[in-house]
Amino acid sequence: MSKKDDLPISREKFMQELWRYKRGSVTRRHFLGVTGLGVATTVMGAAVPSLLPRKSWAAGDIGDRVILATWPNYHDEANFEAFTEMTGANVQVNVFGSNEEMLAKLQAGGSGWDVFVPTNYTITTYVGEGLIESLDLSMIPNYDGGAFDPRFSDAGTVDGTVYAVPKNWGTTGYVVNTKHTNGRKLTTWKDYWDITKEEFSGRTMVHDYQLTTIGNALKYFGYSFNSVDANELADAEKLLLEVKPHLFAINSDYQPPLRNGDAWMSMCWTGDGKQLNTDIPEMEYVLGKEGGEIWSDYYAMPKGAEHPAAGYALINFLLDPQVNAKEVLAHGYPVADSRTNDLLPKELLEDPILYPAQELLDALEFGAAATLTDPNRAELLARFKSA
Amino acid sequence: MGSSRWANRLLLLPATGWLLVMLVLPLLVVVIFSFGERGAAGGYVPALTLAQYANLPARFTAFKNTLILAPIGTLAALLVAYPLAYFLALRVNPKWKIILLVMVIVPFWTSILIRTYAWIFILGGQGIPKLLGFIGIEGVRLINTPVAVLIGIIYGYLPLMVFPIFVSLEKLDKRLLDASGDLGASPLRTFRNVTLPLSLPGVATGCMLVFILLMGEFLIPALLGGGKVFFVGNALVDLFLQSRNWAYGSAVAATLVVTMLIVISIYTKLITRGSNQRDDAALF
Repeated sequence: MSKKDDLPISREKFMQELWRYKRGSVTRRHFLGVTGLGVATTVMGAAVPSLLPRKSWAAGDIGDRVILATWPNYHDEANFEAFTEMTGANVQVNVFGSNEEMLAKLQAGGSGWDVFVPTNYTITTYVGEGLIESLDLSMIPNYDGGAFDPRFSDAGTVDGTVYAVPKNWGTTGYVVNTKHTNGRKLTTWKDYWDITKEEFSGRTMVHDYQLTTIGNALKYFGYSFNSVDANELADAEKLLLEVKPHLFAINSDYQPPLRNGDAWMSMCWTGDGKQLNTDIPEMEYVLGKEGGEIWSDYYAMPKGAEHPAAGYALINFLLDPQVNAKEVLAHGYPVADSRTNDLLPKELLEDPILYPAQELLDALEFGAAATLTDPNRAELLARFKSA
Repeated sequence: MGSSRWANRLLLLPATGWLLVMLVLPLLVVVIFSFGERGAAGGYVPALTLAQYANLPARFTAFKNTLILAPIGTLAALLVAYPLAYFLALRVNPKWKIILLVMVIVPFWTSILIRTYAWIFILGGQGIPKLLGFIGIEGVRLINTPVAVLIGIIYGYLPLMVFPIFVSLEKLDKRLLDASGDLGASPLRTFRNVTLPLSLPGVATGCMLVFILLMGEFLIPALLGGGKVFFVGNALVDLFLQSRNWAYGSAVAATLVVTMLIVISIYTKLITRGSNQRDDAALF
């Protein structure tokens, strides 16, 4: 390679950057950016093989992409870049709003996903419908079943077969802007629904999701979060219809209106509660004393995934305790993996939003498969929304 | 003769094939599904039952909301679009015309989802209500109300209404307007008796375009109505993507298509009768 004046970077600098790149201290994107080689990569490939994404890696050739279906604000982008660095496979992310939507997409066929993130109560349904692949744990050496609290890893195993490995767990409570409560302390779901009918009229949000919206209305009466009993559901419906004119919105995207002050209170998942509380300290995350939902998300692979090798590689990578700890710092959802928790700062492990007091946790219920697929609950939510 | 008939058939082949594969077959699937049942975990199980149609009253509110808001939205879009189209076609300095027309189209370069999302902030507490607060009008709530949905509809559908009306006004023979004035008609009368009738085909096209699309709208009510303003489109999204009741969803979809056919044939009938009367009147 002869030195030319019109090169976008000097020869010395180029070699310097190349070595930094090879050592892994810069990302490929940064390298291609500063050297101006973005477009030239393919041409240069033959001369400088390490410029191409590495096609093979310890586990063999995994292809150039992996497609992940997951939830909003649930990963550290830098981890995906590092994965691409290491394996040459690009991570394409599809973001979903509800488990029902994920199930609908898989039932319709041709989802194209390699890895997806189902919640505990959906896995038996996926197995029953033949939509999910059993996992070959030898492909996921970073998964150590012994390191996980079984409460949060149980649901991944159906009839002795492992279909999914745990990602994160969390709770469903509500977040309230205490600037507007006049010093009143909200502690229950009864408080949540009652204040909505009074001082918070026009300021409360509920999820656009039957599991949590109906579940937490059931808690007002002290019924189970998972109830499918006709009389109990009728009570919940009455409450929901009574409250509806006082709602700000029925929407699971609750952060923006809470942040700009239009909404004062919303049903809320752990990580969103943590993110809001960090930015706006008067946003308090409350778990209803009566109970409510505790959940656990998993990594799984759908039947007929196009890039299974890359899928396994991605799951294995994200379960590496070092990588997983970075994920937690980015999204604020707790993990059940003791190896990861050992790497996390103490104040995070003592955070009352991530790790609520035991008596609050004891009252919570895991969602049940029958709760999600119950047609009566689906119809109830439709009546509530169209009323 | 024979060869030209074959040529005609050949010309129609691509369109026929497209319609058959992309419209007729999917519609057939919808109709077949609508006589089926929901599977235990959702989806579709073959059956021959009218149960889904019998359950239609459960979505009555959605149909009612749609059949009220679609005409209101169409009318509101018309009221905003007509003066704009009139201004663009007859009043504006020709050297500005192209630039102004492009400005009507420019918003189309961005996805409707993103533009509607922007309206969430414009109509939200930190947007227009805050500005109104500065001039002493406090406590106005816009976001998540039917008014917000109407504003979103007018905004989103405006170009579809403006262009057909603009085209019909643009090609209008300007000498007719002069003649009307020369014969002593006031500007208002000229507008009523000459301009307006001649632009009606554009109005009819615009209204039809906007109305048909509004009947299936789900995005604007979901985003600007806060999920509290529920259209048939929203009912369909929920039935397929949330409760996964494909059979019932198909019945609702088939009913929407039939409702639309009925409403549109009535509309077309009224329009043709209207224009026939005008033609008759023109003779005298």
